[in-house]
Amino acid sequence: MSALQWVFLLIAATTLVAAIMVVVGPNLVHAAMWLILALAGVAVFFVLLDAGFLAVVQVAVYIGAIAILIIFAIMLTRHLTADTEPQVTRSWWLAALASMVLFGGLLTMLTQIPTLTVGAPPLPGNPENNVRDLGQALVSLDQYVLPFETASVLLLAALIGSIVIALPPKAARADEAES
Amino acid sequence: MGVVLTDPFGWIGQTLLELLTRLGLQVGAANLVINLLGAVVLGTICMTLGALITWVERKVVARFQDRLGPNRVGPFGLLQPIADGIKLLTKETVTPTGADTIVYNIAPVVMVMSVIGLWAVIPLAPRLIGSDINVGVLYIVSVGGIGTLSIMMAGWASNNKYALLGAFRTVAQLVSYEVPMVLALLIPTLLAGSMGMATIVEQQANVPYIVLAPIAALIFFISSMAEAGKAPFDLLEAESEIVAGYNIEYGGLKFGMFYVGEFLHGFTIAALTAVLFLGGWQGPLAESYPLLGLIYFLAKTSVVYFGVMWVRFSFPRLRIDQLNTFNWKFLTPLSLAVIVVTAVADKWAVQAGLSRVGVLLGANALLVLAIVWLIGAYARSARRRLERTGDKQAAGAHA
Repeated sequence: MSALQWVFLLIAATTLVAAIMVVVGPNLVHAAMWLILALAGVAVFFVLLDAGFLAVVQVAVYIGAIAILIIFAIMLTRHLTADTEPQVTRSWWLAALASMVLFGGLLTMLTQIPTLTVGAPPLPGNPENNVRDLGQALVSLDQYVLPFETASVLLLAALIGSIVIALPPKAARADEAES
Repeated sequence: MGVVLTDPFGWIGQTLLELLTRLGLQVGAANLVINLLGAVVLGTICMTLGALITWVERKVVARFQDRLGPNRVGPFGLLQPIADGIKLLTKETVTPTGADTIVYNIAPVVMVMSVIGLWAVIPLAPRLIGSDINVGVLYIVSVGGIGTLSIMMAGWASNNKYALLGAFRTVAQLVSYEVPMVLALLIPTLLAGSMGMATIVEQQANVPYIVLAPIAALIFFISSMAEAGKAPFDLLEAESEIVAGYNIEYGGLKFGMFYVGEFLHGFTIAALTAVLFLGGWQGPLAESYPLLGLIYFLAKTSVVYFGVMWVRFSFPRLRIDQLNTFNWKFLTPLSLAVIVVTAVADKWAVQAGLSRVGVLLGANALLVLAIVWLIGAYARSARRRLERTGDKQAAGAHA
């Protein structure tokens, strides 16, 4: 086995263990930490696949923003962090069944992808320029400009929505103007 | 001898490679060993630099406050960092009661990791860069996010209300100031047409980007100071309010790691400003003598670092609402405006065949005028509102 395969196996094992620890541990903050480790493992996979841009975005978005948001939310509800209640509800077997079915379905679908057995085709274009190619694909008319702009509008709506929610209610504003 | 002067770092790599292959290693394995060695050397130099910087900073702050600073240990007190290090090493390692032991102990390591990680993509001299990845600018952003994480880990795991308050302030400050920082980072990317740090420096061969984008350079400088938690943005550890914030429960070498990491972060943002806006190692003859380039880079970094210290020791700490108002109502809209103006002006200058420097400088000057006018208008309206309500209150008091 090549060194790259050893790295892959090591990272895969780490990611899986971390992902399992996210759901089995009783401590919510520890679960968030394990989640960060699992997300970092996925970032390493992107590096191994020569997708440096995705790896860096994975760290910036998932670890730098989402994980920190999760930890912050947990911290604000501090009494929940050391939960002593049972880990599973009465219908745990239903959840287990649902996730097994989902996992099985995904696995069957994935094994039918032909590239899994014959090896991935080489990426088109120069790997040095793949960030430039990605950027141009996002804004060129015959490629992904429509999904890109739709996502932008969606995010803008979310931004405006959060500002509207954060605004003080009308009565408070009227008071402020009065005083 | 000529090779040593014109390409010293390539020569070192070549010599090491020959040595290792003669010892019986395969070329791939030898390259791996050399890369590991490079990483260890870079990390060690950074940590040593961090210790030296504590001395520099203490000397400079002393002069700002009309004192002498450390002057007992060694010439000019130069051995003071070593004495401090020994003191921190010999202290008992304490873990507070109720602390989350593992998270508590990992946090300082993550902190130092996030700062040293930044040096991996900083071009130190021509052909001397830890890793010239084509997403260098984005890498800086994501590694900075890990620093935020370490502070939250430290604050939460310490089982201390002040530490937790410090961690909460982190979210308010570091996460918000990331927005103008990322937007300001877009300007060098836009001008160079690349996110690779080495390319950005190479593109500044004729004109450094501080000439083309002075406002963006200032925004980056301010917001990265806030990211590093330097005064006047040091709310995470405001001594007079929350004692020491997130690192209150840390002692001994664990505190030392936060301490060195923080000082090194200040130097690192100076290095980033020098690379992105002052042309990094660019200078006369730097291309043919890389060691000269290293000296240029360090000189530029030191100048910016002096600026960082100057601001730190001159301005009082901001209040949290002032901090957030400054970020969201001033820096963020301004950086968005700068991006639009720079993108349009740069395209127009290239298409019309005009001088890039002239057009961009003009656009920036217009933007500055607009900002000054807007701030003036805002101040006038605020004063008028204050006068009106003041009259009403005065009338109410009389009646």
